[in-house]
Amino acid sequence: MSSRDDSPSISFTMNGRTVVAAPGSTILSTARAAGVEIPTLCYHPNLTANGLCRLCVVEVVGMRALQPACVAIAAPEMVVNTETDRVIRARRVILELLASTVDLSEAPEALEYIERYCADPSRFAGGLRRTIPAIDDNPFFVRDYSKCIMCWRCIQVCAGDVQNTFALTWGGRGFESRVTTAYDQAMTESPCVFCGNCVGVCPTGALVGKVEYDMRQRDED
Amino acid sequence: MNVDAAVRLEQLDEILTTNAPQGPTLLIETLHEAQALFEGWLPAPVVERIAAAHRIPVADVYGTIEFYEMLHAGPVGQKVVRVCTDGPCAVAGADALLKQVSSDLGLRPGETAPDGSYTLERVRCLGLCDRAPAMLVGLERRAPARIEAPLLGQPAPEALKIGGLVKVALANVGVVDPTSLEDYQAQGGMAALRKARTQMTPEQIIAEVKASQLLGRGGASFPTGLKWGYAARNPRPRFFICNADESEPGAFKDRVLMDGDPFRVLEGLLIASYAVGAEHAFVYVRGEHALGYERFCTAVRQLEESGYLCGESANGPVACRIEVRRGAGAYVCGEETALMESIEGKRGFPRLRPPYPTDAGLWGHPTVINNVETLAKVPSIIMHGAQWYRSLGTPESAGTKLFAVSGSVVRSGVYEVPFGVPLSHLIFDLAGGLRPGRSVQAVLTGGAAGTFLGPDQLETPLSFEDFRRAGGTIGAGTIMVFDDMVDLRDILARVSGFFAHESCGKCYPCQMGTQRQWEILQRVARGESRPEDAENLADLAAVMADASICGLGQAASLAITDARKRWPLIFGTAGERRS
Repeated sequence: MSSRDDSPSISFTMNGRTVVAAPGSTILSTARAAGVEIPTLCYHPNLTANGLCRLCVVEVVGMRALQPACVAIAAPEMVVNTETDRVIRARRVILELLASTVDLSEAPEALEYIERYCADPSRFAGGLRRTIPAIDDNPFFVRDYSKCIMCWRCIQVCAGDVQNTFALTWGGRGFESRVTTAYDQAMTESPCVFCGNCVGVCPTGALVGKVEYDMRQRDED
Repeated sequence: MNVDAAVRLEQLDEILTTNAPQGPTLLIETLHEAQALFEGWLPAPVVERIAAAHRIPVADVYGTIEFYEMLHAGPVGQKVVRVCTDGPCAVAGADALLKQVSSDLGLRPGETAPDGSYTLERVRCLGLCDRAPAMLVGLERRAPARIEAPLLGQPAPEALKIGGLVKVALANVGVVDPTSLEDYQAQGGMAALRKARTQMTPEQIIAEVKASQLLGRGGASFPTGLKWGYAARNPRPRFFICNADESEPGAFKDRVLMDGDPFRVLEGLLIASYAVGAEHAFVYVRGEHALGYERFCTAVRQLEESGYLCGESANGPVACRIEVRRGAGAYVCGEETALMESIEGKRGFPRLRPPYPTDAGLWGHPTVINNVETLAKVPSIIMHGAQWYRSLGTPESAGTKLFAVSGSVVRSGVYEVPFGVPLSHLIFDLAGGLRPGRSVQAVLTGGAAGTFLGPDQLETPLSFEDFRRAGGTIGAGTIMVFDDMVDLRDILARVSGFFAHESCGKCYPCQMGTQRQWEILQRVARGESRPEDAENLADLAAVMADASICGLGQAASLAITDARKRWPLIFGTAGERRS
């Protein structure tokens, strides 16, 4: 987001440095502009940010809980620390929870973060996992929800954020939440227009083009 | 299409003619009513018709149905039998009850009889902890259920289980006919509303409530007058909501007020709406509380007929429309922003804050949301003044508080006391103490998301300041007493199971953290603790408290963390490893 030259800007402290941002900027956009790296998984620059994955949490001095940088608005005089012990612990445990729940083998960002934050993927192993058989119900793409991290990007891109098709929704609740269609109908029975936007924004390979999926299956055989 | 189906579709269209023009907001009400027409569930063609009429995508309607436990997208039995197995019911034999019901029906929890007669569900707290063990057959209460023959005979008559020497909110319960405005008025009811409207300006009312030091009684204890003031300075339209979605294990004090004196709550709501300038108010009642919902509907009708919803005031004409809404089985909807999503007809996902509801609540407009008990205190404060109210209680904890006492006590019930009396007064004088030969092992204060007090702390005065010092939690006033026969590991496993079941799934720490916490505690309860449990539980607690979106996740490990500190040995380890 660019601001006009005459527009006021705010300044605050990030990791001991003074940073400048346009009013209304998030902590995340300010950090990225200033070259400070904050990890994100559910966040996508073209979609409504919901602060779901909490990987982008940072410590804001004076606030009780950690703040999600993707939606927290920067304020003048704020003191933000992006890599404290508390922050690192939260990120590490979130990644360990993900690894214990979802097949992350096709999720490069998540795998990179696991390494960066020294997360132990086997830490909470042995519990319930998201095991949903791959759904191959149309000629264009395959839905392998055992790889789904519930980032909501596909639901949003299909709904009001981009396509206004409204084919996708949430099933279940809590740990058993899943992305689905109305009455779990086949993609071909749903309002889906096969625009491919959902496949494009999926960060974990849960949604994958049919050709790629078939090639991958052949490689595995 | 057979004749019967045609008739039902006609009836569905009647529902839609009434509800759909209001848009998505009445979706959940429509789904409740439609479900009642179609054997208790919502077939796809019915939902397509509902979606088209309400102008909501079919997928969104389906997503909403999937969120709420009382809404069914697939066939269920004619009667759903819901058996509670949370803490207080467990102490009263809920496992044996569930086993008996299961054997009587020939069904395991989650199953439906082949003839479509019954569905059996093992459910989370029904808010009938004073009548444990509790179950619902359809929405009819069987509480206490007869463990030997739970499905036979008539439900036991409901004995009133309330008490306390100084009654403010409870004054009329058991005294008035809760379905009669006339009866309520004969006890002085509606005088405070008249006084507020004719003798006070909205600013004066807010000042009086601020001066009374009334704090929110839903658990967060936020100053009520301050909240009203925040909303009142924001642009119109403004909304007011009475949060009657009480549903945490051990919590049932609001149920007693809505069942027994709905007019007092509504009088408080009307005074509050006048004070903040809200012309549209909602009462959101927990879906399982069919009686409370009915009582509020009846009361609102009578208030409307008697002209109380509009009138003249010192501030010019006043009008306030009150809509009673019912939830559909989701504890998280007691979280204020999730509740607003639900009123808007959506899945109950808590919203990010800021913005706070007093700035942007229902449909983005300034909204105040108060608990049932909070509003029930308002008429007396207006009538007798802030000073009178403050004279009850301690200097730092003003007024009275309702406490729901359950578990291993003789008389589980709702007791109103002025702040400052000792916990032992509540447990021994009012709730009748423990059964002969038993002693107190632990008291879980403040609810499933609360903290424990030990047997050596029973003389702790019931006040915010004393509880803070002792490590207890006042919260919404939930007191669960466990005697020396109770296995606390079992209680903790049930507590953690509650949060795992009720997590909405929006943010990752709570979605997965509550599940892993539950898995560990189930294993600990089986006596299979592992050396790494302490560190794993500590890390889960930290990430949930630090990084969850709403209070559910932030507090889901409070009782477990507290128990680990107090009784490290029950976890089979020598205490928390400091990392």
